[in-house]
Amino acid sequence: MSDKLVVNNLNAYFDKTRAVRDVNVGFSANRVTAIIGPSGCGKSTLVRCLNRMHEVVPGARAEGRVMLDGMNIYDPAVDPVDVRRRIGMVFQKPTPFPTMSVAENVAAGLTLNGASLSNAERDRIVEKSLRDAALWEEVKDHLHRPGTSLSGGQQQRLCVARALAVEPEVLLLDEPCSALDPISTARIEELLLELKDSYTIVIVTHNMQQAARTADFTAFMYTGDLIEFGETKQIFTNPSKRETEDYITGRFG
Amino acid sequence: MSEFSNKDQLRRRYRKIKSNVMVGVTVAATVIALTPLFLVLGYLLAKGASSLNWAFFTKMPAPVGKTGGGMANAIVGTFELIGLASIVGVPIGVGAGVYLAENRDRSMPQVIRFAADVMMGVPSIVIGIFAYTVIVRPMGGFSALSGAIALAFIMIPLVTRTAEEMILLVPHELREAALALGVPRWRTTMSVIVRAAATGISTGVILAVARVAGETAPLLFTAFGNRFWSVALREPIETLTVQVYTYAISPFADWQRQAWAGALVLTMIVLTLELGVRWTTRQKSHATR
Repeated sequence: MSDKLVVNNLNAYFDKTRAVRDVNVGFSANRVTAIIGPSGCGKSTLVRCLNRMHEVVPGARAEGRVMLDGMNIYDPAVDPVDVRRRIGMVFQKPTPFPTMSVAENVAAGLTLNGASLSNAERDRIVEKSLRDAALWEEVKDHLHRPGTSLSGGQQQRLCVARALAVEPEVLLLDEPCSALDPISTARIEELLLELKDSYTIVIVTHNMQQAARTADFTAFMYTGDLIEFGETKQIFTNPSKRETEDYITGRFG
Repeated sequence: MSEFSNKDQLRRRYRKIKSNVMVGVTVAATVIALTPLFLVLGYLLAKGASSLNWAFFTKMPAPVGKTGGGMANAIVGTFELIGLASIVGVPIGVGAGVYLAENRDRSMPQVIRFAADVMMGVPSIVIGIFAYTVIVRPMGGFSALSGAIALAFIMIPLVTRTAEEMILLVPHELREAALALGVPRWRTTMSVIVRAAATGISTGVILAVARVAGETAPLLFTAFGNRFWSVALREPIETLTVQVYTYAISPFADWQRQAWAGALVLTMIVLTLELGVRWTTRQKSHATR
């Protein structure tokens, strides 16, 4: 088993504030890795550095290396747009494009990038992506309704389908369930377990049970530092660091 | 004890009186504010409706001394000018609004934003004189084109600022969602952000059109007016506002009568545009609910 993504000495800043400090970590291919930690610990910032979304915020910058299959995505010769096509992302709040139908939302990553698709090809990709996101059965009869007409949980799976349609290699999820009810959350978690056969998955979560249920590996972050990284079972049953133990036993955070 | 509750009651009564007085004052202010509006509309209807007939829309102005005729040329001219002004003003205004919204925290946009705000406050007659100096004089005469450009000058800051505000209302999560799909920034802006703001932007555009449709002062120096049929860009052109102005101050009773009709038609055009805005925005807000 090899690491798909390797982070070397990563530092991330908002103006002068350092939100991520000297992080070194590797994310294994075809595995789910969870990043846990209290609010403001830098876990979202870390995951946003993995597909160069961090620098989209005014005043934000990152230093260090993130190797995707041995290629540094922070190399000056690398176009962030290409990186984002290979490393997809799903956000905390479901964000279907309001002017587009369900089907158009799924195909958005392709059509907005100027791909010329035949109708049959497009329909095939839409169906496959929606099936992969476990949404097809629920929406196959209303593909032309606005994407915003779906329920919150469906919208979030629509966003997963939209990310999958561009065929990324890595899927980043930034607290994808924090706006969802327990049933929708369970569906997303099942989905992650199915998707890890084909993708490298990194999920940021507030919910320790969610990390325990879904992740093969877990990273614990605190005040910008990566405190501990290991197999999920080991992190939750036998953490080696004091902070990790305090956090997972609920003594703070 | 009883004295205490008495005092309490008195205070309560005093408070109620104060509250009622304040309600009365605000109601009175509203009535006073709206009275002129209804008087104008009512007077316009009373005076104008009787002079409106089919000929008014289809006939050319009658020669001096003859009664009858209409304002066909002015009605067509008004639409031509606001159409041309929109062709020039809307793309520039929307483009500038996109630029301002996409580059919030640099210094150049702040200067431009301030300039647009100042331009909105410039009296329209000043815009007319400006257009006269830079377009009419070099072109060697009054023209429809110069009138349209003068109106576009008035439209641009209005459209710019509403476009900017509407784009800023689009949640930034949408922008991030598009960028995270590997969509380039320009494409994100045009296909996701501007599209999401389209309803608001078109509302701003229609309001700007309604505003310039009623402009007279800048046209006196540019489009000038024309008693004959002309839709040519390089010739003077008649508009409802200028013709109403000319007819209203004339000594002929028939012209004054037609000025009322012209004013009524112009008001109806503007009113229709604004009702159109209300209707389309209401449709949209139902759709998103």
